[in-house]
Amino acid sequence: MSMPTKMPDAAAVKESILAKYPVKVAKKRSKAMVVNDPGAVPAVQANVRTVPGIISQRGCCYAGCKGVVLGPTRDIINITHGPIGCGFYSWLTRRNQTDPGEVGPDGENFMMYCFSTDMQDENIVFGGEKKLRAAIQEAYDIFHPKAIAVFATCPVGLIGDDIHAISREMKEKFGDCNVFAFSCEGYKGVSQSAGHHIANNQIFKHVIGRGHTRPDGRYVMNMLGEYNIGGDAFELERLLESCGITLNATFSGNSTIGAFENAHMADLNVVMCHRSINYVADMIEKKYGIPWFKVNFIGAESTAKSLRKIAQYFEDPVLIERVEKVIAEELAAVKAAAEEIRPRTEGKLAMLFVGGSRAHHYQDLFRELGMTSVAAGYEFAHRDDYEGRRVLPTIQVDADSRNIEELKVEKDPTEYAPRKTTDEMETLVQHGYEFNDYDGMMTEMEKGALVIDDISHYEMERLIETYHPAVFCAGIKEKYCVQKMGVPMKQLHSYDYGGPYAGFRGAVNFYRDIDRMVNAKVWKLVRPPWQDTPRITATYASA
Amino acid sequence: MLLRHTPTEIKEREALTVNPAKTCQPIGAMYAALGIHGCMPHSHGSQGCCSYHRSALTRHYKEPVMAGTSSFTEGASVFGGQANLLAAIDTLFTVYSPDLIAVHTTCLSETIGDDLNQIVGKAQEDGLIPPGKRVIYASTPSYVGSHVTGFSNMVKGIVRGLPEKSAAKSDKLNIIPGWVEPSDMREIKRLAKEMGVPVTVFPDTSGVLDNAMTGRHEMYPKGGTPVADIVASGGNKHTLALGAFASEEGAKALEVKCGVPFTTLDLPIGIAATDRFIQKLSVISGKPVPESIADERGRLVDLITDMQQYFWGKRVALWGDPDQLVALAEFLVDIDMRPVYVVSGTPGKAFAERMEKVLADIPEAKCKNGASADMFLMHQWIKNGKVDLLMGNTYGKYIARDEATPLVRVGFPILDRVGHTYFPLVGYAGAIRLLERILNALLDHKDATCPETQVELTM
Repeated sequence: MSMPTKMPDAAAVKESILAKYPVKVAKKRSKAMVVNDPGAVPAVQANVRTVPGIISQRGCCYAGCKGVVLGPTRDIINITHGPIGCGFYSWLTRRNQTDPGEVGPDGENFMMYCFSTDMQDENIVFGGEKKLRAAIQEAYDIFHPKAIAVFATCPVGLIGDDIHAISREMKEKFGDCNVFAFSCEGYKGVSQSAGHHIANNQIFKHVIGRGHTRPDGRYVMNMLGEYNIGGDAFELERLLESCGITLNATFSGNSTIGAFENAHMADLNVVMCHRSINYVADMIEKKYGIPWFKVNFIGAESTAKSLRKIAQYFEDPVLIERVEKVIAEELAAVKAAAEEIRPRTEGKLAMLFVGGSRAHHYQDLFRELGMTSVAAGYEFAHRDDYEGRRVLPTIQVDADSRNIEELKVEKDPTEYAPRKTTDEMETLVQHGYEFNDYDGMMTEMEKGALVIDDISHYEMERLIETYHPAVFCAGIKEKYCVQKMGVPMKQLHSYDYGGPYAGFRGAVNFYRDIDRMVNAKVWKLVRPPWQDTPRITATYASA
Repeated sequence: MLLRHTPTEIKEREALTVNPAKTCQPIGAMYAALGIHGCMPHSHGSQGCCSYHRSALTRHYKEPVMAGTSSFTEGASVFGGQANLLAAIDTLFTVYSPDLIAVHTTCLSETIGDDLNQIVGKAQEDGLIPPGKRVIYASTPSYVGSHVTGFSNMVKGIVRGLPEKSAAKSDKLNIIPGWVEPSDMREIKRLAKEMGVPVTVFPDTSGVLDNAMTGRHEMYPKGGTPVADIVASGGNKHTLALGAFASEEGAKALEVKCGVPFTTLDLPIGIAATDRFIQKLSVISGKPVPESIADERGRLVDLITDMQQYFWGKRVALWGDPDQLVALAEFLVDIDMRPVYVVSGTPGKAFAERMEKVLADIPEAKCKNGASADMFLMHQWIKNGKVDLLMGNTYGKYIARDEATPLVRVGFPILDRVGHTYFPLVGYAGAIRLLERILNALLDHKDATCPETQVELTM
């Protein structure tokens, strides 16, 4: 597919957008907006401070840590240490589904609960440590959880509460409850991304490696960066099971702390959302010798490709054959749906401004509908998510990122066991495997498409006015602005309360949702009929 | 079971809040600021605050919610947020051209002690505020009070920033409507018009957060109280503050600043509170209550008499914000229902004192507000003594399902149903709608769960 003809000139669109900004702002934003060339991917500014007042999509470090990475794990009590708001806003709003099964010792599920120390002014003035200690004790006494996690909000770092010391103290006191903390104050870093990194670090330090149980099965892997929005993880669990692949731990959709503790018992890590979880993948490889590669289960073609990649990694013809059989069975329904729907979506334009991986992955689904992604960008990604990990050595670490800890990881003296020999790895690489790698979004986007990092509200409106896309993808804050402009808007954080969209059945769900959205009759009702009727200037004379 | 870990046995908690019945100040300030025409709310803190508040308001209203943020980084948190706020003011005026910016603080900027008065003064000095435009502000530390306090503080901020003293008093009344829905603000204006009383309602989110679909996104929709009207409010004859928690402080500030006397009333939810509102409008304006309003009231009383059997003795659990709860509980008592559990996370002794009077005839009632008054506690109360009906925000749906008890959604936030932006709960018409929804919930529940032999065609 190529860019449709008669498209606006992206470079001119960019210049006209920048003209509105104060000089300094224009200069800064200019580096975050590039015209794509997949053959010679240009550098894009990413993971830098947002301009104050520009109206960004971004959230904060706490949101990335507590909300995104730790939110979907059902049997940890997550206590927000801070005033009430942060805990309140992250209470059930990410719609990670989970299946705890029946009520009972293995059916713990705290995801419907919000736990907070609800700090008051006296805690700010005199310190909140005493209250935090008491809150952890109360949570333990009432709920007896396996684990309690503490999340710092902005004032906690400023007043200097030592949440890590308190967590250590309480963990020792309880003996049967792991207590650990995250210094994920909202002001750290420049977006949610800092929170992902902090979450990865603490989960690696305090949880992974504590268990020693390997699930039954020949092909055991972990899935990283899958958060079970709208039941995506459920669909992937079904698919992998029908292939005979055993899923050990998912970080972190439909997950439990027990699975995290045993994550080092698997033989492969596959990474979905590179941005939020690549740190854990790297650290597990270094410490335990488990290789990782990037997969994508969004889009039927990508799903098939990812399954084949996993099967071939295990180098077992029986598995490879079984996976081919599953793909063939599942693809039949996907093809039938695509053939039916594609005539109604073909040639239409899409835009995606979301997250740290979805703006890339969902382009596959639009491609399968015959739609072109003319503009895309991430909310909190880094340059490697755009340009590929090959640019990692050239990324300058600025003051905002330097404060986020980089863990020094070494081989575990007893548990390190390379899952593949150097020769085996080399053979796989010769067969096209790219371990520890991600090519990023831009190599797969059209030449001439606009790539914009951390898009502002103003830029979004101008893009929509200029290109009139058939569908625009972003989050809840953008949803109704876009729709007021007469353009259907698909939320790719919450899926508009639909889904799943992952895997083969998920692809069909997405095709149907996009078909519904771009062809709904309501868009034709926006203009009242009298607006197009010439005004009646004469009246009948009375008889 | 969704809330499978909520035990029946109640243990005293001093430090841990579980399932809060409140949120933090800044979101209330943002909501209040949206009720001024041409206003851009601005959150002086980390990006996450603004993002969370915009998201929460958007999920509740299904409407665009525009606001800026100072995007604090670690550096700003150490050295102060002045540079960030100045940059934000410049960017907002240049790119989005609001008539005014309403800045509120957060726990972060409050903890480091940023002085908004000084920073806004600096913005003025540096020429960042274009001629004819304004920047108003409010201090809204998240660790004091609740979202209701934040609304109240921004109303005070509006009063500090806009109204001007006038020697001549007009015939107009000011109404501070409290944290109610756009539909409620619209209804309050309609009732005043029906009474023939000219009013300035501020803030007023009607026409902002219930905006029409036109094919264009209006950064500043046509609703919201015009700045000129708020400026002139200092010359109006009286202020009615609806809801002691959300509105009284603003009315008091206007009295101090411009000498406009005020009266605090309950939110006009239910029959008695609406009666007091209408009578006060009549007394202050000297206008008699028109027959049309008497008819509205009559229709409400008629409905209560018709369906009284379904209300009598029903036990109700309520949670939410103090101003709503006071009026709602009074209304339920008036129709012979029994509000047995009432919870609000918003602190304040005045609430407990007031509720004691409202619930005087319900000796079994439990009421708690402030620290550790949360939905977890309320659920435990329910486990210890069942209720027939839940009334509160969407978070109650998990209790409703576990306890097989019908839920009427009122308050903030309502994330999973529509209607609250379109149909008011205030006034007599609002009370009729409330009763319709209470009846639907109770009767739908009965239809779905009663023995087959007892399914009734006519009810």
